Amino acid sequence: MSLPALADRAIVLHARAHDWRAAVRLAGDALVESGCTTAEYTEAMIRMVDDHGPYIVIAPGLALAHARPGSDVRCDGLSVVTLAQPVEFGHAHNDPVRVVIGLAGVAPDAHLEAVAQLANAFNNADAIPALAEATTRDEVRAILTGGAPA
Amino acid sequence: MKIVTICGAGIGSSGILKVNAERVLQRLGLTATVVAADIASVGRVAADAQVILTSAEFVEAIGPTRADVVVIENYFDTDELSVKLEAAIG
Repeated sequence: MSLPALADRAIVLHARAHDWRAAVRLAGDALVESGCTTAEYTEAMIRMVDDHGPYIVIAPGLALAHARPGSDVRCDGLSVVTLAQPVEFGHAHNDPVRVVIGLAGVAPDAHLEAVAQLANAFNNADAIPALAEATTRDEVRAILTGGAPA
Repeated sequence: MKIVTICGAGIGSSGILKVNAERVLQRLGLTATVVAADIASVGRVAADAQVILTSAEFVEAIGPTRADVVVIENYFDTDELSVKLEAAIG
């Protein structure tokens, strides 16, 4: 699976979330909106944090919300939510979160190519602040495909 | 050498760690197999691993192991990964 082209429905800019659950739910709703997952997948993403803690905050300001592949995933998908106000997830180092990426895959192995491309984009330390500040969906697409302005 | 990356689902964040660990290993001129797995399968998958890369949240759940458990804070910071991996391996 390479990074799915991000549909407009999968990108939500400067959304309001009062806590981390609401922030993850926004990313889940965007996956549902883009036709890739059911609402159960959103709940599964939230459950991962309830079960294991805020480890999905994998870099300063960024949460990678995801759960296991399963019947609640219809296609490989990605969503991007930027938050108008940063949200605390309770992570020791990487709070507060300004960008939530939702990731869904129909098969475990299929994820790797997509995450490799995410790594390409985010290994550039400027990418997360740039995403948080993005004002158009095309800007988001450009940053995720590595076209972020330095 | 075997390196296992651990997260809750065995995809997503452990996949990011796997991809970046492979990049760092290549940069350091080291060869290792890197496997992404979920916390539920760590006992089986990491039984023959030298290094486990993960987040602080999973250290307790990983439990006793012969592998070096290395906690990564910023999954996209290949410099952090490089320093910690080199320390664990070297």
